[in-house]
Amino acid sequence: MKKEELHELYKKLKDDAEHKVRLGEEKPRVLVGTATCGVAAGALKIRDDFQREIESKGLDVDVVEVGCMGHCYAEPLAVIAKPGYPPVCYGYLDDGLVHRLVEDFLGGDDPSYEYALAALERNDVFPTFEDFPRGIYEQKLILENCGFIDARNIESYIARDGYSALVKALSEKPGWVLDEVKNANLRGRGGAGFPAGIKWEACIKAGGSEKYVICNADEGDPGAFMDRSVLESDPHLVIEGMILCAYAIGAEKGYLYIRAEYPRAVSHVEAAIGQAREKGLLGSSILGSDFSFDLEVFQGSGAFVCGEATALINSMEGKMGMPESRPPRLASQGYRGKPTVLNNVKTFAYVPMIISRGADWFKGIGTEESPGTAVFSLVGKVNNTGLVEVPMGTTLRQLIYDVGDGLPNNREFKAVQIGGPSGGCLPEESLDVPIDFDSLHDAGAIMGSGGLVVMDQDDCMVSVSRYFLEFTQHESCGKCTFCRIGTKHLLDILTDITRGEGDSDTLQHLEELAEDVRDGSLCNLGKTAPNPVLTTLRYFRDEYKAHIEEGRCPALVCRDLILYYIEPPKCSKLCNVCVGSCPTEAIFTREDGLKEIDQEKCVKCDNCLKACPPEYNAIVKLSPPVLPPEKEKKTK
Amino acid sequence: MSDTVKITIDEKIIEAKKGEKLLWVALQNDIYIPHLCAIKEENRPNASCRLCFVEIEGVSNPVTSCTRNVEEGMVVKTRSPVVDRLVKTAFELLISDHNLKCSDCPANRKCALQKIAKERGLKLRQKRFKTIARDYEIDDSPEEFAFDRSRCVLCGQCIWADREEAKVGAIGFTNRGIKRVVTTFEEAPLAESICTQCLMCVEACPVGALYYKK
Repeated sequence: MKKEELHELYKKLKDDAEHKVRLGEEKPRVLVGTATCGVAAGALKIRDDFQREIESKGLDVDVVEVGCMGHCYAEPLAVIAKPGYPPVCYGYLDDGLVHRLVEDFLGGDDPSYEYALAALERNDVFPTFEDFPRGIYEQKLILENCGFIDARNIESYIARDGYSALVKALSEKPGWVLDEVKNANLRGRGGAGFPAGIKWEACIKAGGSEKYVICNADEGDPGAFMDRSVLESDPHLVIEGMILCAYAIGAEKGYLYIRAEYPRAVSHVEAAIGQAREKGLLGSSILGSDFSFDLEVFQGSGAFVCGEATALINSMEGKMGMPESRPPRLASQGYRGKPTVLNNVKTFAYVPMIISRGADWFKGIGTEESPGTAVFSLVGKVNNTGLVEVPMGTTLRQLIYDVGDGLPNNREFKAVQIGGPSGGCLPEESLDVPIDFDSLHDAGAIMGSGGLVVMDQDDCMVSVSRYFLEFTQHESCGKCTFCRIGTKHLLDILTDITRGEGDSDTLQHLEELAEDVRDGSLCNLGKTAPNPVLTTLRYFRDEYKAHIEEGRCPALVCRDLILYYIEPPKCSKLCNVCVGSCPTEAIFTREDGLKEIDQEKCVKCDNCLKACPPEYNAIVKLSPPVLPPEKEKKTK
Repeated sequence: MSDTVKITIDEKIIEAKKGEKLLWVALQNDIYIPHLCAIKEENRPNASCRLCFVEIEGVSNPVTSCTRNVEEGMVVKTRSPVVDRLVKTAFELLISDHNLKCSDCPANRKCALQKIAKERGLKLRQKRFKTIARDYEIDDSPEEFAFDRSRCVLCGQCIWADREEAKVGAIGFTNRGIKRVVTTFEEAPLAESICTQCLMCVEACPVGALYYKK
């Protein structure tokens, strides 16, 4: 097929899409963020509220569902785009605010800037997201469209030059696509950072005519939601990336392995696949060329280990989702024994822009060894939680304090957990580590799939590492000895430590076992499971020692090592809020009218501490769990 | 090109067929490497017991010899501090989840775990890890044999015998993580399953989990 014909065909598609999108934009529009994060915060109700209010006012306004803009802390969110005004984003929506916005802005001419979060386009009236402190650091590549386009409408993707990379690629040889991806040094975003181009090349070299492209969307780390957001908010970007990969390696069939717990991602991707087929962008003879490729969604059943490549393949083939020894690598023997490329959602999402804008452009972003951006779901004790995208090489300090705006209530930073259950906890001293695959690895953590949890002085590092071990131990498939039995013992030892049990050998046993599980396990779940233990032991060993040697939990978290105590000088006879808050009736009024906790009855639920009015602030947690001596006398 | 390669294991020069796995080459040449789950005929090694670690010159970390093809000029050490440490831990982990009443066990003195302990100077009583408490019931429904899960090391030898040799398919692995067990469909007693009681699984069991009643 001639280049001109191809471009002609695409031009028609694009003109058509632009026309439809422009028609829609002539009217005022309300874009409601209804990715899972928005829905969880009540976005569907907000959407209905808008529709109802608009209808009752008899206005001609379209309510459109878009994905996640990354400002999860302010959900539910909506953008109002009214001709004549810059599009403005409003956060923390409720029915009252919706009513007001419809009446004053859509029905009138007051954009109610006092409720606005930011404008989306530069203007003379109101700041944009780029003017936020985080805007200086953020560079949105794969999140560029997220939250701004209708994910269920292919036209809104095409109107923004969507599928133009495919057109460009189809007018070149497949080898050119491979070279671009290789030259861009695109490293896999699933966690390990293996160069995608080298993987693809190995798959080509494996030969044979039957090959597969699979997208790993089995995101399962607690606190991570980047892949889900991309699939929900801009599914065509990933689909286009997969088509480009298929073209490069010569595959005719591909799958997106999406966990069934992501129903919105599944439905958006399935809708997107259908629309791409209709437009001739998927299926046989794509855009009239002799290249054919089709996609299907495979829903995973939620086992964390199925994110591991060989377990994922087993699961797709109808076997138990358990890992196999490697080699053979997937590139030579993958799905159905055929050469297979398996990449993460984000890895595929970078491919269209690398093809469109070139490898050199991509290499100009980030660091030399880790070009491009890093996408994080920033959560925990940080002011601005959400989805952020920063160039590789940004330091953790910039990410937490500038992008995330620091910790709430001036809390003291303690650690940041990166990479989920396979990652590690880094302390204050590591905050100036640049974020890239190799630096994080050297610090003991991993880039992982991009979960980033900020922790403060109230987080106990032993409990945190116990939490992650509980997760991996639960998710262990049980195939190999180290992971099956080793993680169980790691968890048991950690549980003992949170109870103050253990002796001088305990930490050494724990560390040695953690190292052996890391070195001896069959697959990467087991190999990386000890990382939370190893990094906390490396950076927070004193905290472990305090538990074992002094029976003290410095963060006052471990229940067996704390007690709740009402300080008599601060307690008031006039107040008995705590008494009512106690579910076990452990708090009683003493003869002098002050309150006291019966330690035998106390279940350490924390209710009283929360209930005690701030003017008294009389309840404290003590660790080790010993009552102050003079007070003890009094109670007897 | 010849179809044999020369390798060195523990300073012994050995000629081996190309494509063979290191573990079997070593064992054929009377060099002992601990192993439980390895099955020579299996195409893709199970590699789950994690006992057959060796060190190969030029490879930074110990590797399981059951998964490694022999290569010309390979220099292998079956013992080294790192290998011994991993094998010891793997062994002690298995022991921590194993019924250690050896005197009551029909496999006493011919048990693979005892052999590993003897060959590698490891103790059957370990103190590093707590014993994992189990309350398994013995399935003595078959006429001639019984199955005691408290002795099972999950090596998979019985499943291979059942499926690939006897071609029955009565047993398989079920559950995940620490709850993984060998069982029948719907966990029925063996006698009520499609088991033909051909005894091939009993012969295959390297420990005393599947054993003759008499």
